[in-house]
Amino acid sequence: MAVTISIPTVLRTQTDGQANVEVDGATVGAVFDEVISRFPGLKANLVGDDGGLHKFVNVFVDDEDIRYLDGLDTKLDDGASIAILPAVAGGA
Amino acid sequence: MTRYDSVLDLIGNTPLVGIHALSPNPDVKIWAKLEGQNPGGSAKDRIAKTMVDLAEGDGVLTRGSGQIILEPSSGNTGIGLALVAKLRGYRLRVVLPENVSIERRQLLEIFGAEVVLSPGEEGSNGAIRRAEQLAAEDEELVMLFQYGNPANPLAHYLGTGPEILRDCPEIDVFCAGLGTSGTLMGVGRYLKEHKPEAKILAVEPPVGELVQGLRNLDDGFVPPIFDAAMLDRKTIVRPRESIEWTRRLLSECGVFAGISSGAAVAGAVKYAQRVDAANIVVLLPDGGWKYLSSGAWTDDIDVVEERATRINYW
Repeated sequence: MAVTISIPTVLRTQTDGQANVEVDGATVGAVFDEVISRFPGLKANLVGDDGGLHKFVNVFVDDEDIRYLDGLDTKLDDGASIAILPAVAGGA
Repeated sequence: MTRYDSVLDLIGNTPLVGIHALSPNPDVKIWAKLEGQNPGGSAKDRIAKTMVDLAEGDGVLTRGSGQIILEPSSGNTGIGLALVAKLRGYRLRVVLPENVSIERRQLLEIFGAEVVLSPGEEGSNGAIRRAEQLAAEDEELVMLFQYGNPANPLAHYLGTGPEILRDCPEIDVFCAGLGTSGTLMGVGRYLKEHKPEAKILAVEPPVGELVQGLRNLDDGFVPPIFDAAMLDRKTIVRPRESIEWTRRLLSECGVFAGISSGAAVAGAVKYAQRVDAANIVVLLPDGGWKYLSSGAWTDDIDVVEERATRINYW
């Protein structure tokens, strides 16, 4: 399952400046394991102390937040796009 | 009876109007709640009034005292507070990201608010940080802090939620944009108590990417009033789609609404594509007036899209 992960500007120092990374994996968790093995600096930014998602990170598969799908177990279709976005304040 | 003693009595009871022409399926009805009909022009009038009412009840604010209220806002909450402050005898200082549309700043100024600008590249995070600094330096300032004030979701729990269920008892889905999360938390809680089968759908722009000044993840922010369990789904809507649906609201339904309204409608339509039949209520936070300078309806879509990645339109 080849998918594309888009890396936010704030994390690109960990990916040698790459904005998009192509990875294989059947679930978000599997894809994260793979991308962390390639860029170990990402680990502390993606995974919290409890092994779940970092509290200031939102992950979207084809624009849907995985916290409301199956979290790290969310299954991926071939060609899916994963967006990692830092949690920041929205306007109001 | 449509006669009132005060403009503040005009807050709330906004109309619901069908925008079914935008639905991909005739069995999915989409109803838009027009918050732009509030006297200050946005849903934020509701929380401005409720936050001030509760602060007065707690003795934090005293009417006519000339106390200074301080608030970080990208515009609408500031405008709502400016209206309430003017009528209740307070002054208002708003920390405003410098990259909001010019109309938001003009409105704040004509309503009598003092505007303190924060760096645009820091987004709303930067406005919050600056307001916290100002509050720490001067204990006379009263910060109501919409991101953490329970009066924010309460205004929607007591007002917006009951209005929606009264006007659309057959509601299956409520869809709104996520900023402070007050609308979704308040309406969400009301519907979960009174219509538990209704789904709560949040829409947000890719703010984490648009805010260029973010130094590291620890600068992140989740509003203290946000409770993830209140939502059933959360979807990203990008600036281009937001503008396209803002245009379609006008051209196909005659609804002149702001850019975040277009984003909310985009989210509602995406959901509509996945179900056979439903009644979806989507909240449109404000009218289009404050975005005319963005060229959202008139300029080339590529140009407007590029502009929207730099302006704070939420």
